Amino acid sequence: MNRYGGDGPPALVLHHDIGAPERPAFYDALARHFTVFAPAHPGYDGSPRPHWMRSVRDMAVVYQGLLAQQPATREPGTVTLIGLGFGGWIAAEMATMAPRAFRRLVLVGAMGLKPERGEIVDQALLSYIDYVRRGFADQTVFDRVFGPEPPTSRLEQWDLNREMTFRIAWKPYMYNPTLPHLLGAVATPTLIVWGAGDHIVPRECGERYAKSLANARLQIVDDAGHFVDMEKPDELASVVWHFVSEV
Amino acid sequence: MHLMYFTEQPMSAYPAQAGLDFGATALMFSNKYFDPVAGSRLYNEYLEHYRLAEEVGFDGIMLNEHHNAPFCMQAKCNVFASILAATTTRVKLVLLGNPLPLADNPVRLAEELAMIDMISRGRLVSGFVRGGGQEQLATGVNPAYNRERFEEAHELIVKTWTEQGPFRWEGTHYQHRVVNPWALPLQKPHPRVWIPGVLSKETIVWAAKKRYPYIALSTAIDATKKIWELYDRVAAETGYQGGPEYRGYLQRCHVAETEEKAMENARQFMWMQGEFTGLAHPVWSSPSGYFSPAMRTAFVEFAVGRRSNPRGAAFEDQIRDQQIIAGTPKTVIPKLRRLLEETRPSILGFWASDGFVSNADTQTCIRLLGQEVLPALRDMGKELGLWSPFEANAPVSLAQPEPARPAGT
Repeated sequence: MNRYGGDGPPALVLHHDIGAPERPAFYDALARHFTVFAPAHPGYDGSPRPHWMRSVRDMAVVYQGLLAQQPATREPGTVTLIGLGFGGWIAAEMATMAPRAFRRLVLVGAMGLKPERGEIVDQALLSYIDYVRRGFADQTVFDRVFGPEPPTSRLEQWDLNREMTFRIAWKPYMYNPTLPHLLGAVATPTLIVWGAGDHIVPRECGERYAKSLANARLQIVDDAGHFVDMEKPDELASVVWHFVSEV
Repeated sequence: MHLMYFTEQPMSAYPAQAGLDFGATALMFSNKYFDPVAGSRLYNEYLEHYRLAEEVGFDGIMLNEHHNAPFCMQAKCNVFASILAATTTRVKLVLLGNPLPLADNPVRLAEELAMIDMISRGRLVSGFVRGGGQEQLATGVNPAYNRERFEEAHELIVKTWTEQGPFRWEGTHYQHRVVNPWALPLQKPHPRVWIPGVLSKETIVWAAKKRYPYIALSTAIDATKKIWELYDRVAAETGYQGGPEYRGYLQRCHVAETEEKAMENARQFMWMQGEFTGLAHPVWSSPSGYFSPAMRTAFVEFAVGRRSNPRGAAFEDQIRDQQIIAGTPKTVIPKLRRLLEETRPSILGFWASDGFVSNADTQTCIRLLGQEVLPALRDMGKELGLWSPFEANAPVSLAQPEPARPAGT
């Protein structure tokens, strides 16, 4: 698990189901406050596919193991865990496995819980571009991050990432029915962040996270969709830093 | 030669404009447009066509299935196979086939097929397919494990048919405490297995390694030749010689009393291919993980509209390449001869009509094929040495080197 950048307290960022763009602005903003670790999930963004893996919980266990190997992240209560979308689901699973392992937990538009009224948008029914565009409140940000017509190499990577997501989260799609029952034991102070215009994961999921976790609150970011980290990188990094700095 | 009749069982009786407006006629195209009155009529017409095909001399009836789409009303080929097992007497019932990955219980499939084989008195040919991309979505089956499920379900079914129960199955995708179905196939060592396909090299290689005949579904002649080159190479590596008894082909072929009528009706083959109604959203037909990794670039470009359908071609091109053959018996016979000479299949399916072709024209087509085309093809088959697996007494598979015969005969 390579260090991305920065030299403050350690923060592990878990990326979206679509992977991460090159040099994400959010990671750079975060690196002003944290030592940022931002690995590609196993099977995503060029990382070798773990053929054996069958669930998001498997992925969470792998990350727990990686944290335990690093001197900078090994001690309980030192790492701030930040999960973006699908990465938020992985982060929530990790928190349930070790209720006091993290300094802070931040879930941004996190998947993992079944909406009671709406639905989590199913990428199986949408083209690569349509799905990613659905996650932006401001389409010009998509154009800036990925280009108005993303190159075929990007589409292929999105396809590989999607295939890996199907391998571990096909059914039930993007949630774990047992997760809500496990969240109550998580003692880690948690901030739930939701884009006001998230059209991938309904806000009710954020509300449910905030209610299910023992020590959590929900913060809405205006003028952002599902990809808050790409649309509001500085604002999100600042929100995270303030939350971590709270006594 | 083994000459089969085939129809996709199209249901053109829905408002075409609704399909055009929606932009697709599969998976998510609402079944509020389904008309059960037309459905009931059509199912019964198709049964009449199958019986007529037997009457006029076809050797086999080829059945398939698809889900959530008007281009194929048949949602379970075992249902029609069951009916035909009891209402026909001579034709082989060639299922091309049951989509194995869609089955959550392959043992149940093995039982159903055994029942069909017994009721038909040993006339079953049990083909297996991976199912289309949309089928995975329509049935909620993970496309990323499609091929693994196909191979494991196949292994379990063949074991169920050939090894005495009870036994336990602890696989990757299937686990069964007790495999011991009472019903077993009449044919021993087990019914023949034929594998149809279009694009995936992996499937051709798999079929050749198993020594199962491969049925090329309406590929262009040059592409078909490449399929046989690959099949024969793998066959040689596996230790046997490929040849006509391992080669099948599905030919779109509409015959009518006049050239004009035949060509007009043949255009309806484009109905299923989406020229008229849009058919499928490309993402639905190729969900991630479903297609061959070698095709990833082509499919992601297709999915976002940067490349035309790798499986589609214009009507005129398909006529030129003989993917569609249309005419009077007199004019289609030389074209079919070219197909036989150049690609040497011993199994030939006739996909006779599609779309809006009327009941009367379909019956005329079946009669003309039976009366005038099939006898000419049988002579050609003898002349060219195109012996079917039945005529050649070919082994059922590499693992089962006997031909299939009904028990007690």
